[in-house]
Amino acid sequence: MQGLLGRDQFDLLIQALRARGYRVAGPRVRGGAVVYAEVNRADDLPVGLASVQEPGKYRLEDSGNGRLFDYVHGPESLKRFLFAPQETLWTVTQNGEVRFNETLPEVKPLAVIGARACDLAGMQVQDLTFLENQYNDFSDPYYRARRENLFIVAVNCTRSAATCFCASMDTGPRARAGYDIVLTELNDSFLIEAGSAAGGAMLAELPLQPARELEITQAAQAIEAAARSQTRRLDTTDIQALLFNNLEHSRWDDVAERCLSCANCTMVCPTCFCHRETDVASLDGKESEHQRQWDSCFTLEHGYLHGAQIRPQIRHRYRQWLTHKLAAWIEQFGVSGCVGCGRCITWCPTGIDLIEEVNAIRLPAAPRRRRGAQPEGGS
Amino acid sequence: MNAVAPNPYLPQAAEVVERVEEGRDIFTLRLRLRDAGVRAAYRFRPGQFNMLYLYGVGEVAISIVSDPDDPQLIDHTIRAVGRVTQGMQRLRAGDVLGLRGPFGRGWPVEAARGRSLLLITGGLGCAPTTSMIHYALQRRKLYGALTLCHGVKHPGDLIYGERIQSWCAAPDTQVLLTADKGTPEWRGRVGQVTQTLEDIAPEMFKGVAMMCGPEPMMRAVAENLLRRGMAPADIYLSLERNMQCAVGHCGHCMFGGKFICKDGPVFSYSEVRTLLAVKGF
Repeated sequence: MQGLLGRDQFDLLIQALRARGYRVAGPRVRGGAVVYAEVNRADDLPVGLASVQEPGKYRLEDSGNGRLFDYVHGPESLKRFLFAPQETLWTVTQNGEVRFNETLPEVKPLAVIGARACDLAGMQVQDLTFLENQYNDFSDPYYRARRENLFIVAVNCTRSAATCFCASMDTGPRARAGYDIVLTELNDSFLIEAGSAAGGAMLAELPLQPARELEITQAAQAIEAAARSQTRRLDTTDIQALLFNNLEHSRWDDVAERCLSCANCTMVCPTCFCHRETDVASLDGKESEHQRQWDSCFTLEHGYLHGAQIRPQIRHRYRQWLTHKLAAWIEQFGVSGCVGCGRCITWCPTGIDLIEEVNAIRLPAAPRRRRGAQPEGGS
Repeated sequence: MNAVAPNPYLPQAAEVVERVEEGRDIFTLRLRLRDAGVRAAYRFRPGQFNMLYLYGVGEVAISIVSDPDDPQLIDHTIRAVGRVTQGMQRLRAGDVLGLRGPFGRGWPVEAARGRSLLLITGGLGCAPTTSMIHYALQRRKLYGALTLCHGVKHPGDLIYGERIQSWCAAPDTQVLLTADKGTPEWRGRVGQVTQTLEDIAPEMFKGVAMMCGPEPMMRAVAENLLRRGMAPADIYLSLERNMQCAVGHCGHCMFGGKFICKDGPVFSYSEVRTLLAVKGF
């Protein structure tokens, strides 16, 4: 099922979602970046804004049009809606008897507007970690509860940021699967299609105009143009052998001089799943909350083993991240841990570009990048 | 149904039935699951581990040392080395902690059938192999000759003295003890555990080797065994990393493409040989 929804009718979609009992989250500008927050009307979205993204740089600019989705993406993906940044897994009480109490989240149906193809791909990668499947014996009941209550309004990208490389990872810019509704933004309307039964039922409530061949072609061309505009490309040929045969490559020392080990890349990554578990005991000792929180392989605690550090140097930690993301992940889950969203490039405070790091290992003759020089292949 | 389902993160209450002082900062907690249904369903295989939770402090991964035929009483030998284990050191009979498990892939009890067993352990590494020794000695006809080479730094570090005595008396079983430095009372050998390999019957190198101990020791022994003609696939070792979830979700125990918690902790040397030689994994 597909049709056209006028841009001035976008409020109707939000209203229809709310009428069905969904809380609605969508893109909003906060602190100079687009993040997900509750939206009530189309005007809440980043109207007429485009993001300029480069290694270590993100800023919003006037897009020169009134479009809602030209911002491409911000630091957040769907991850935080499914895999909570911090949550209590269980509590334990000691009141004569020690008792463990499961604290599954009370999940209310949530609709998220604005998920991109890379975000959907990232979610499907995380599904392999947190839901029972051929690679994983145990479902995470917290993740699953949220996953089952999520309604996704995806957006096909008609604009790429300079850090995007989803086309080379074969994940976008067209949303492939995992959405309930997908939009492609045209000049003053949206081509809107259903991807699930729930999405179809939602569309039936909207006053859609029939989509003509013209709009369908325009939408397809705009998505293709976004793919063609991507200048970054990750060559994944034999990537497992490439990285694991070069574990002592001098490039790891080189990148360690630029990496702050700040963990930004892992926080913005839609697939990074590491989390730590900690106990927060009440002062009177009668209760303790067992919490989990996003963790990162860039922290020293991550590699702690009875008093010692498995990865004491930054070169160890960057190598752990990159070899896992691009290579070991394939052994673990049958897919790459990278979906090509480019967030780790944009949000790295020193502008480290993982593609450049891989290329430096792949092409040993390539000259080292001088500090402060523009990366090759950048905008 | 055991102590992991349906929520793999939720511990079950377990009571300390007995606490045994094994050595300096080393103790064994014998645990009994509180819930009768969970207790009845609990089964483990040699080499698997449980996550033990200390009230208000946190969880640690501890291998199971008791007899798989008696899963009602679950023994864990623990060295007080971090916040959680130092707290556990103060537990006494009647205290309650949390238990999740069992987790992981244990020793290759099936693949090793009909073959001789060469167990090589260092320090507290003797704990994770203990349930394998029990398993084999109780099914003596299923396995060939059993040799245990166990090394400690100082004679005072030796634990399981009575247990080891009883193994020495078992049929077709040999125990070689060595300490890096001897004392006048020490009746075992003096030297590193690799040196004990010189004194083993050559047939033992045609069977299966199982190791647990510090990684440099395991690598040295494994390479030594390869030089003696053993295949990497016949050498098994139990690895250890930071573990928090125990089900492959939290990411801390990754070792290249392996999760120590669910793909291990026991691996064949062929699976891990390359990465073990690299610092930082």
